[in-house]
Amino acid sequence: MALELEGVGFSYHGQGFALSLRRLAIQPGESVALVGPSGCGKTTLLNLIAGILSPGQGRICLAGLDLTAMGTRQRRRHRLSAMGMIFQSFELLDYLDVRDNVLLQARLAPGIKITAQLEQHARGVADELGLADKWNRPITALSQGERQRVAACRALLLDPRLVLADEPTGNLDPENKQAVLDQLIALCSRDKRILLTVTHDHTLLPSFDRVLDMTELLDDRQEVP
Amino acid sequence: MDLLYLSLQYVRHHRLKLVVLIFTITLVSWLPIAIQSIVDQTAEQLLDRADSTPLVIGAPGSPLELSLGSLYFRSKTSSTIPYSEVATLEQTGFSRAIPLYYRFRVQDYPVVGTSLDYFDYRDLHLAQGRPVAILGEAVLGSGVAKASGLGIGDHVITSPESVFDLAGVYPLRMPVVGVLSPSFSPDDDAIFVDVKTSWVIQGLGHGHQELNRREAIGQILKREGDNIVANASVRQFNEITVDNLDSFHFHGKNANNPISAIIPVPWDDKSSALLLGHYLEERSDVQIVRSRRVVTELLDTVFTVRDYIVVGIALVAAATAVVAVLVFYLSLRLRQGERYTLSRIGASGVQIQTLMATEIIAVLLVSALLCTALVLITRHYGIILMQQLLLS
Repeated sequence: MALELEGVGFSYHGQGFALSLRRLAIQPGESVALVGPSGCGKTTLLNLIAGILSPGQGRICLAGLDLTAMGTRQRRRHRLSAMGMIFQSFELLDYLDVRDNVLLQARLAPGIKITAQLEQHARGVADELGLADKWNRPITALSQGERQRVAACRALLLDPRLVLADEPTGNLDPENKQAVLDQLIALCSRDKRILLTVTHDHTLLPSFDRVLDMTELLDDRQEVP
Repeated sequence: MDLLYLSLQYVRHHRLKLVVLIFTITLVSWLPIAIQSIVDQTAEQLLDRADSTPLVIGAPGSPLELSLGSLYFRSKTSSTIPYSEVATLEQTGFSRAIPLYYRFRVQDYPVVGTSLDYFDYRDLHLAQGRPVAILGEAVLGSGVAKASGLGIGDHVITSPESVFDLAGVYPLRMPVVGVLSPSFSPDDDAIFVDVKTSWVIQGLGHGHQELNRREAIGQILKREGDNIVANASVRQFNEITVDNLDSFHFHGKNANNPISAIIPVPWDDKSSALLLGHYLEERSDVQIVRSRRVVTELLDTVFTVRDYIVVGIALVAAATAVVAVLVFYLSLRLRQGERYTLSRIGASGVQIQTLMATEIIAVLLVSALLCTALVLITRHYGIILMQQLLLS
């Protein structure tokens, strides 16, 4: 049930950037930090794995499913149901309270109904992330750390096989960033989820099972004239 | 349902902004429609009435006053012509004549003294009771009956013209003998009596205790031929009943008693033209007016005012539309981040567009519903207000 990338190549048309990756494999329950200088393609790689971008060549497989063989719509649906995304700026909707932000992905996912059972499960995840007393609070009333926990809760709600986090602690103070990351890693590890995190913060790296330097992953990174 | 839920959450969160938008859009949509609608309906009703009463004869003076008085029973002047004009008109051989005397009121309702011909002419039918048969009886228009709750067997009392004028018009208590069916015209809001009853209200006819009785000897001051002068102890009747009907009498000739106007009912178009020519050329002591022309002149002024108002509102509406578009555009710009997030999470284009469109759809839909409701209310009540404004 691993994440496997092999011979993935991608380039932005007309933007002078190309990415070529030899091979990458991450096992279930493994937390991996992806580091590298700005512009080396870390976020692009996350977007390729998420299916937001489609590689020009190579294969990306998650739990045996070849994402590169899927159409845009299929990839989008797969992303909704099998992946959780966490962003640096949390990307929560300010007109929804904590509950509705947590349930947002579930509301958008095809075939998923908001049942009492699902809501109970959501509350359980929220409790584990320390949001027990914030369930019906507006997002604007939360601290930065709490907002990122809400974002993490949203990402974990549908029991995804893969959690992709792009600088998830970038907007948090030192205490909060370590706490949020530790909780995230613990939950993913416990439930055998893959956590792939892009980060620039080297103080957090010891928390991860593995640290990958993007520059070492790339087969051939070239500037296209 | 989930998308609807999310949309409603957005609307709820931004309710103040949306309420302001809805209010302004509703207002600028409703106002021109309402004004147009009220004026058109009013014009239609006024012209209908004018068309059904092509000619009116009355005292010289304002044709507008005469038309408004004889068509809608609303007149502030008390110009009159003698009742003999009815016979004079009929003697021309061009038409029948229907007298109208609308000087008096019961509270806010005009008391219209006329003849039974008026009911045939206006095609008015009784819903209950019978027509006026004797002096002092009243038939209520349907609107009066409905608003006052009065019916057959009840009484109406005329209002004094001035509480300080002791020698003026005294209240006359009149039994209601009939109620008219609705005609959706000013007749619904009038009380009809015989024209002679109007003269009794005015004090030109009256009834009192019989002075030829043996017991009345102490009340008589002097006798001059047929005239008997009595003192103030003689009781005057303020209601005409079967018992005292015989005591009611008029001093002077009825031909000299006043009426407000006459509705000529020409036999045909030729008679109408000849009658018009006759009065225009040969009579200067009375005037004949063509109702449609007078009402049209009144409406021309209204239409001009309406046009200016509608143009003004249209300009405001255009400005509001531009502002609304700008607000929607800025709102969509502000929601760019939301669109990006939803897209990254995995929402489809349709889902995202639906969420984004909700705000616009909600504002336009609610505005349209409110505007429709207001237009319906306006059509119901606005015309009444407009007519009161125009005719008062």
